[in-house]
Amino acid sequence: MTAALDAVTVQLPSSLREHVGGAQSITVSPAPADVCALLDSLALTHPVLERRLRDETGAIRRYVNVYVDGDDIRRAQGVATPVVAGITVQILPSIAGG
Amino acid sequence: MTYLLAIGTRKGLWLARSEDRLTWSLDGPHFLMEEVAAVAIDSRRETTRLLVGVLSMHYGPTLVWSDDLGSTWNETGNGAIRFPDDTGTALGRIWQIHPDRDDRPEVVWAGCEPTSLWRSTDGGLSFALVQSLWDHPHRTEWLPGAGGAAVHSVVVHPTSDRVTVAMSSGGVYVSDDGATGWTPRNIGISAKFLPDMYPEYGQCVHKIAVDASGPDTMYAQNHHGVYRTDDGGMQWNSIADGLPSDFGFFVLTSPHTPATAWVMPLEADMRRVPVGGRMRVHRTRDGGSTWTELGAGLPDNSWSVVLRDAACVDTDPSTGIYLGTRDGVIYVSTDEGDTYSVIAEHLPDILSLRVAVLP
Repeated sequence: MTAALDAVTVQLPSSLREHVGGAQSITVSPAPADVCALLDSLALTHPVLERRLRDETGAIRRYVNVYVDGDDIRRAQGVATPVVAGITVQILPSIAGG
Repeated sequence: MTYLLAIGTRKGLWLARSEDRLTWSLDGPHFLMEEVAAVAIDSRRETTRLLVGVLSMHYGPTLVWSDDLGSTWNETGNGAIRFPDDTGTALGRIWQIHPDRDDRPEVVWAGCEPTSLWRSTDGGLSFALVQSLWDHPHRTEWLPGAGGAAVHSVVVHPTSDRVTVAMSSGGVYVSDDGATGWTPRNIGISAKFLPDMYPEYGQCVHKIAVDASGPDTMYAQNHHGVYRTDDGGMQWNSIADGLPSDFGFFVLTSPHTPATAWVMPLEADMRRVPVGGRMRVHRTRDGGSTWTELGAGLPDNSWSVVLRDAACVDTDPSTGIYLGTRDGVIYVSTDEGDTYSVIAEHLPDILSLRVAVLP
């Protein structure tokens, strides 16, 4: 399936795909302004997924990493990092566990 | 008749079933790699509901439920337990899920980290923060223990509006008006880790349990100290004489026989292992005046422990006692603690156990 031209693709790790029916990625259209708006959009369409990415204060969970076009948002503008149509936002779990 | 044992571990949930408490079949893991510190089997409903507090290291805490005994699981989209925006707080962990009394089948309580109490009036699908406890002026002085800061015990009075909670640390608090106003009730309970050993609040009560004689008599296993109250917590008195140590995590009470309770003494707060490496249960039949060491079937040379919610009793006339250890073994006694056999072993560390007898 080809994403709409004005869409953002959110690529998910295998551990989160059960919350989107097994899909490797989902699209958000039209592209939100930034990561925060993207997560706000997911809160409406995929709330169980969204809660796994950030807590109820809006903070990205400690062991969740978000990359916008390959850049870690923690090294950019955090959840205010801009997103634009056509890019990929990749979610990856960080190294953690025991 | 089926005994259903819900086993919450550091790395998932297992469900064990038995017809006779001797032979068990294990179903799981559910939620593999996710911590299950709280589980409840709510059999007050027409359809038994399993309620499970799950914590993913990566993806945070959530509450899930099953109305088909674990075949399928559900969760509330925006989260069953979610701090209000104006608290600026995020849920850390669900420590306790406690179905209310039988005549209020839709009411369920949850104790959470950070220290908070929650009430559901829809069977656990959504919870509201008990604002009065959250706003209590003592809250900023309730400090975390090694496991965090949480409400871990909820006791509901069978006829009145009284609710009793215990937290680590903070101690015991009681509301006599349906969780509107809260008063500390820790007189007699020590806090050896504070300069004032007998403060009004701040104790690290590890677990409380109600005696079969009635709701005013309760037991507390404290962070050093084993106590009984006979007046709803107004005064606690030590019943630790006769135990090899007064440190431990759980206290269990008989659902049928007054003055009967079980504890597992550990050496000390700085030596959290069975006394002498011998895992043993101690039982009282007289409200704590005397204790008897029990343990046929429990191990020697054991350096594991049973955590505060990794122990439970069933409602069989011969009370079954279930113990889950941090090295992943579950023991059952079908003779009120005299002897033990193994239900399962080689599981992840056991954090929570609850049992129900289903038709």
